[in-house]
Amino acid sequence: MAENKPATPSAYPITTQSIIVLILGWLVPGAGHLMLKKWWRGLLLLISVLAMFALGIGMQGKVYSPNTGDILDMLGFVGDVGSGILYFAAQIMDLGRGAIHIAVADYGTKFIIVAGLLNIMAAIDAHHIAIGKKA
Amino acid sequence: MQLSHFSAALVFSLFASIVFGITQKNDARSMLRYGAYCFALFVGGVVVGGWFLWVLKH
Repeated sequence: MAENKPATPSAYPITTQSIIVLILGWLVPGAGHLMLKKWWRGLLLLISVLAMFALGIGMQGKVYSPNTGDILDMLGFVGDVGSGILYFAAQIMDLGRGAIHIAVADYGTKFIIVAGLLNIMAAIDAHHIAIGKKA
Repeated sequence: MQLSHFSAALVFSLFASIVFGITQKNDARSMLRYGAYCFALFVGGVVVGGWFLWVLKH
C-alpha cells in the first residue's frame, strides 16, 4: 500500500518573477537577464542572438512558418520561433523567404534556427537565476 | 550578404560560444574560460573536418 507522504517544498520554488523572466527572456533576447540586473550577460546575449538572426536574414536564409509537412520543416519552425519577437518581426516584414540558388543561404537558415535555440537556452538560464538555482 | 564558408563558421562559433559560456557557468572567469574552450573546439573541429575531407578527396 502506498504511503501518503506530505509534499516537500521544492528546493527551487517557482515564483511569478521566474515565469515572467522566462517568457520575457524568450520574447526579447537577453531581457530576462537584464530584468535580473545581470547587465553584461543580458547585453552579450542580446548582441549574440540578434547578430546571428540578422546575419541569417542577411545571408537570405529561410524563416520557417508553422507547418505540418516535413519533420525537418516542423523542427525548423520550432527553432526559429525560439527567437521570440525577432521571429514575429521577420514574419511581419516578410523576411526570410529563402534563396535556394545561393549556397550561403543554407548557412543563413541554420544561423536563424540556432539563434532561436540559443535564445531558448538564455531564457532558461534566466529562469534558473531567478529561482536561485544559478548565480 | 556573402560570407565565405570559413568566416561564416568563425562568426557562428563566436556567438554560440558566448551564449554557451554565459549559460553553462556561474562566475565571470569560468564563463570566459568555457566560452574560449567552446570557440577553440568549434574552430578546431572546422579545421580538422576540413583536412579530413581534403584527405578523403585525395
